[in-house]
Amino acid sequence: MNAEEIHSRLQARFGDAVTPLDVSSHDPWIGVDPEHIDAVTAHCKNDPDLDFKSLMSLSGVDDGENIKVVYHLFSFTKRHRIVLKVTVSKAAAVTQSVTGVWRGANWFERECYDLFGVRFEGHPDLRRLLLPDDWEGWPLRKEYVFPAEYGGVDNRRDYSV
Amino acid sequence: MTLYNQLPPTFVTTNIDKVMSWGRASSLFYLLFGLACCGIELMQTGGPRADVDRFGSVPRATPRQADLMIVAGTVTLKMGSRVKLLYDQMPHPKYVISMGSCSNCGGLFDLGYSVLRGIDKLIPVDVYVPGCPPRPEALTEALLQVQDKIHRERYLARA
Repeated sequence: MNAEEIHSRLQARFGDAVTPLDVSSHDPWIGVDPEHIDAVTAHCKNDPDLDFKSLMSLSGVDDGENIKVVYHLFSFTKRHRIVLKVTVSKAAAVTQSVTGVWRGANWFERECYDLFGVRFEGHPDLRRLLLPDDWEGWPLRKEYVFPAEYGGVDNRRDYSV
Repeated sequence: MTLYNQLPPTFVTTNIDKVMSWGRASSLFYLLFGLACCGIELMQTGGPRADVDRFGSVPRATPRQADLMIVAGTVTLKMGSRVKLLYDQMPHPKYVISMGSCSNCGGLFDLGYSVLRGIDKLIPVDVYVPGCPPRPEALTEALLQVQDKIHRERYLARA
């Protein structure tokens, strides 16, 4: 099944919750409303014609104004793939967790929370994954300012970057 | 007549500091502490080609049995507190080799937000080994430098 067919199936079922297909980039992608991402992904996984049993990657992108959470889906049986994107604002970066759909999303979402500060509603254990628990800020956001000090260690540079 | 001629030929005369230094320098047990790609070179240094075992250095899995800490690799700020903890657990006298550019000064990852710029911000360092990563010969040389330092010390006479 190609990207257009996948998109038409999702749009037939979810209507306005999914945006038109974007084919401008290498991987065609579909925008999804943050409120419905768990339902959309559950349908992608459980519909026998879509059969996206694999969440290859869950990542985040800071496009300057908003944060996009990017889901790369793949089907082993159908050998087709699709990309879903959820756009959330930086001020209220909240979306739905997909850990109920793929359990492997657990650490993906923790990493995304760790580095972008996206909160995933319904996640069973949303803590920082890589950075220490007492770290401040979200390092992969564009406006992030490096800490001058951590744990009593001076982290400033004596030269400009 | 010298003292030497009065003793049986199986005796040597020395002083206790030199014997202690000789023993300490010839049994530098190092803490296994590979943090990044330098850890691979550290393994090679302990392997059959470089073989620091011939200088009496063998790896230890716990800091409580180690004399020497070889910090091999990038130290993040999160790891920094652990490095300090492990260093504090080592018994005196203890020595530190900072292996590679990362643990010397941050190296390649100097611009990272989470990277400690030099392990000497946390613990005292005896020998810095430059390189990215240093070859086993370089680390062997650093080990010999630590042995030199031990030989020059007067441990019993310390303040």
